[in-house]
Amino acid sequence: MKQLVIASGKGGAGKTTLAAAFASIVKNAVFADCDVDASNLHLIFHPEIKERFNFKGMDVATVDHEKCIMCMECKNSCRFDAITEKIEILPEKCEGCGVCEYVCPTDAIKMVENIAGETYVSSSRFGWLVHARLNIGEEPSGKLVSIVRNKAKEIAEKYGKEFIIIDSSPGVGCPVIASIGGANLVVVVVEATAAAIHDMKRVMEVANHFKVPYVVCINKYNINEEKTKEIENFCMDNGIKIVGKIPYDTVVTEAMVNGKTIVEYDKKMAELIEDIWINVEENL
Amino acid sequence: MIVAIASGKGGTGKTTVATNLALSIGKARLLDCDVEEPNVNIFLNAELKHLKDVNVMIPSINKQKCTLCGECAKACRYNALAVLPKDIMFFSELCHGCGLCKLVCPYNAINEVPKKIGEILYGSKNGIELYQGLLNIGEAMATPVIRELKNFSSQNTIIDAPPGNACPTMEAMRDADYIILVTEPTPFGLHDLKIAVEIVKKFKIPFGIIINKYGIGNEDVEKYCRHEGIKILMKLPHSKKIAELYSVGKPFIEEMDEWRDKFLNMYEEIKDEATRYSKR
Repeated sequence: MKQLVIASGKGGAGKTTLAAAFASIVKNAVFADCDVDASNLHLIFHPEIKERFNFKGMDVATVDHEKCIMCMECKNSCRFDAITEKIEILPEKCEGCGVCEYVCPTDAIKMVENIAGETYVSSSRFGWLVHARLNIGEEPSGKLVSIVRNKAKEIAEKYGKEFIIIDSSPGVGCPVIASIGGANLVVVVVEATAAAIHDMKRVMEVANHFKVPYVVCINKYNINEEKTKEIENFCMDNGIKIVGKIPYDTVVTEAMVNGKTIVEYDKKMAELIEDIWINVEENL
Repeated sequence: MIVAIASGKGGTGKTTVATNLALSIGKARLLDCDVEEPNVNIFLNAELKHLKDVNVMIPSINKQKCTLCGECAKACRYNALAVLPKDIMFFSELCHGCGLCKLVCPYNAINEVPKKIGEILYGSKNGIELYQGLLNIGEAMATPVIRELKNFSSQNTIIDAPPGNACPTMEAMRDADYIILVTEPTPFGLHDLKIAVEIVKKFKIPFGIIINKYGIGNEDVEKYCRHEGIKILMKLPHSKKIAELYSVGKPFIEEMDEWRDKFLNMYEEIKDEATRYSKR
């Protein structure tokens, strides 16, 4: 089983559009939406939820104000500014470390279990989708990404699927690290813009750091052909394979508005994505 | 006043709004809180200088004193410490720097040492003072860098927040006086906008919406805003010229001067609303 991650560094570069497009073509895959705090893949998959699981986040501190003597030990020991002057816990700042519970001389603080969201295993017209919902203001997105990936792996093993295709979040931090670590290949989606090129290089560094190979897919290449050339030159100089180039086209947004993949929506796009997948598979 | 520009969905135009707004005001401070992928300076082109390191404290174990009792590993909620029969191991990428291991160690075998996870850079150009956070590659936690960066807030401060709806985004917008949510009129844009609106409401900060790439997609974002009584501050048209200027890293007001006044008017409007709100 091979795990493919779609990443970009920059948001809005076309990760979900490409992941969904692959869904129309790759029949033996499980899909995992690892952009857990702004997930969009379900808007195209229209999944039917078959199984749901509570996601236990980090425990959260709670204060028993009857026992609290306002000694401020907890506030002074908290490294995350999660305790106010009135000894109230700010749950969205609490990282669940337990230092406050440990230092409290009157046992007024307890760490309690916290359901931070849900993960789902769903069926769809493209097969299995594993996705998740993080409750508003919850913290451990990296942990949730790992759970989604593990669940996808379980399903892939159970049904003998050949691929896991992971739609990751933008950036290079916690959820992206959790998405890329241990995968077989990253497809870095990059637009033909200066900002996207900058961000692409950072996400490549993350892949290097975790020793995961990567290929590049250029999106909206016709926005600025010079920038496209710049990406092609950079890839050539660094021995990075380009798996394909997708033009800017209004059909991409039209497909999204209609809840369809660009492969379902447009014949020309379908041919293009098929070629891209062949190139990706060669590198997997 | 501190104005944070956030979005939920990535690539909707946060940085475009932040830079063009700052340049329209003329004299402003810009904090690039998208420390994972900072892009403001691609548009500002200031000469950036290192201002300071951002460190977290991590444990350093004195193996002479350590008896391998396992208390620290038991206490650590991030599984960053593991005690083996003959050794103790520390996984720095899992450590949140909370300091609990040092507190629980019965043999005083743990000291804390700083570990650099990122840095703050500074540069100025055309009246804009830019403070940029940069997270080191391979580091998971963006929040400490953002927290440090926000110490540089002052008058007329604009915060470019990271995408998403998780902890880094919340940290970036937490202490703002006003939040601008930038969205695009598509199903993805709307879905992520709704989550962002819930967060902003939780913070009880006044906010409004800018619809970028206006003209693509459908009318659902506008319908949603009307239904929820959310103010639409501005509509930025979907335009080839803006996209091309963006692609080469040029703020569009430099070539489309008529937008300066629109941004300035919007800024005055926001200021009034934030003031009214703070007096409530």
